[in-house]
Amino acid sequence: MKVLVAVTEVTTVDDEFEIDGLAIDDRYLGADMNEWDEYAVEEAVQLAEDGVADEVVTATVGPEEAEETIRQALAKGADRAIRVWDDDCAAADLLDVGAKTALLAGVVAREEPDLVLTGVQSGDAGFMATGVSLAADVGCQWAAVVNDLELSPEEGTADVRRELEGGVEELTTVELPAVLTIQTGINEPRYASLRGIRSAQSKELEHVTPGELGIEPATIEGALRLIGMAEPDVESEATVLEGSAEESAAELAAVLRERGVGVEG
Amino acid sequence: MSAPSPDVLAIAEHRRGDLRDVSDQLVTAGSELAGATGGDLHVAVVSGDVEAFGRKANREGVDVVHTVADGEEFNHDVYVQAVEALVEEVDPRYLLAPNSVNGLDYVPAVARRLALPLVTDVVDIEAEPLVATREMYGGKVETEIEVADDRAVLTIRAGEWPATTDTGDASVEPFELEIDESRVGSSVNGFEEVGGGDVDITEADVLVSVGRGIDDEENLELIHDLADALGATVSASRPIVDAGWLEKGRQVGQSGKVVTPDVYIAVGISGAVQHVAGMKGSETIVAINTDPSAPIMDIADYAIHDDLFEVVPALIEEFE
Repeated sequence: MKVLVAVTEVTTVDDEFEIDGLAIDDRYLGADMNEWDEYAVEEAVQLAEDGVADEVVTATVGPEEAEETIRQALAKGADRAIRVWDDDCAAADLLDVGAKTALLAGVVAREEPDLVLTGVQSGDAGFMATGVSLAADVGCQWAAVVNDLELSPEEGTADVRRELEGGVEELTTVELPAVLTIQTGINEPRYASLRGIRSAQSKELEHVTPGELGIEPATIEGALRLIGMAEPDVESEATVLEGSAEESAAELAAVLRERGVGVEG
Repeated sequence: MSAPSPDVLAIAEHRRGDLRDVSDQLVTAGSELAGATGGDLHVAVVSGDVEAFGRKANREGVDVVHTVADGEEFNHDVYVQAVEALVEEVDPRYLLAPNSVNGLDYVPAVARRLALPLVTDVVDIEAEPLVATREMYGGKVETEIEVADDRAVLTIRAGEWPATTDTGDASVEPFELEIDESRVGSSVNGFEEVGGGDVDITEADVLVSVGRGIDDEENLELIHDLADALGATVSASRPIVDAGWLEKGRQVGQSGKVVTPDVYIAVGISGAVQHVAGMKGSETIVAINTDPSAPIMDIADYAIHDDLFEVVPALIEEFE
């Protein structure tokens, strides 16, 4: 079976930062593979190692700079990669769920995977919706927030656990093909080996434009407009215990003893 | 598509026989929106004991409760079909649902199938024109999103709107639906409570809770030593459990346990909203974190803005 993994490079923000208009000043930004996607990639690579997946292909909506992150996925064991982007994507101030769905659906139509894995959410925009939206678009089954996966390719099904709120898991069976959104903790993502990093350099990383996938510019523009960005009001009423580590620890010890913590008997 | 009605349609949520609290919060958000559009607030309950759910969902401000009797527990294929049919019937300007694990398992599919713009995890709404507030970068910023469409689908974050608990005088209307079984490709086989291990963190008076700031599994010894010195129990935020350093039963937060100890000491925990949901009811909250702007500081009663690897050993010494 062929597995497609959606891999996003997310924007990371320093602890201290400044907002400039509708964006955070570039000086405070970094980039990394989306944490949830690390687990999706690992799950796909394990399927390949177990002989269940014949091919693992990654799909990324992102600019050329994202190729470093894509190479990481290849170094961890994905076979080849597809990156979708053009100037219209770059010009959109917010690629909404509909736009990302259309772009990924274009890749799915071309690749016809049996299984699509995405992270539950991206660490930056955090819409938590693209995977399920994609499934609806391409007309296949899905499951959101999966923390355990057993595939039965012969029966054409996947048995998953969905992590609900409050420590409850839902046991669900979905028909294949399906899109599963992968929760952190489902596995232990590996570090890329040196050999993996070397071999990633020669793996195929193809760039396609939305136009080549038949996606109209209006779809990329979408209906959502970012009109404001602000730091949330910090309403900390905490008593800050100052001084050296020893001094603040002593103050805290007094606070804790007042509340009966660590008091003998 | 012609202009929609000014109505608002909100989809309540239930699980294993109970209407979930977020449903009452959804009514509050829905009433505010319907007040702004001048339309009616429709609430729908889908699957399970819809008669009982329908009575409970009949809150002040709700004009019509639609009950869809098909199915028992949540099944996304049934929900997609039911909500699509309800949208066709009500033709609402705004469709509202909880931003929950199950909400996110059907709402994006409905939005996509009906080609409606979707804004998730909304924490505030202004209507006419619609501006939704939501966080980005793990809560570091709040963004305002305008929707350039006369319809929208919104999922709201739990705990951001107060609950409406007064009974209303809505008409309760059974909604007849023919489920297309050929479009049901998933089945829910059961539920499992996540194993608690040998410790029940919800019973502890004092919790020492450890987060990502601990960096390495080996450093956990420091946290165990502190807990021993204080006579406390060790709990953790999600990344520690994801890494397999502590068992799932010790996880505090939305997908873990909700705890209300006398004293909660958060060590190297930034305080993501999912974590805070599980511990904000603690009597006294202490945060030890190098980042003074970490969200945990918003709910802390006492804070030390310093390196945990300096503070924790000093604190252990205080109690030895």
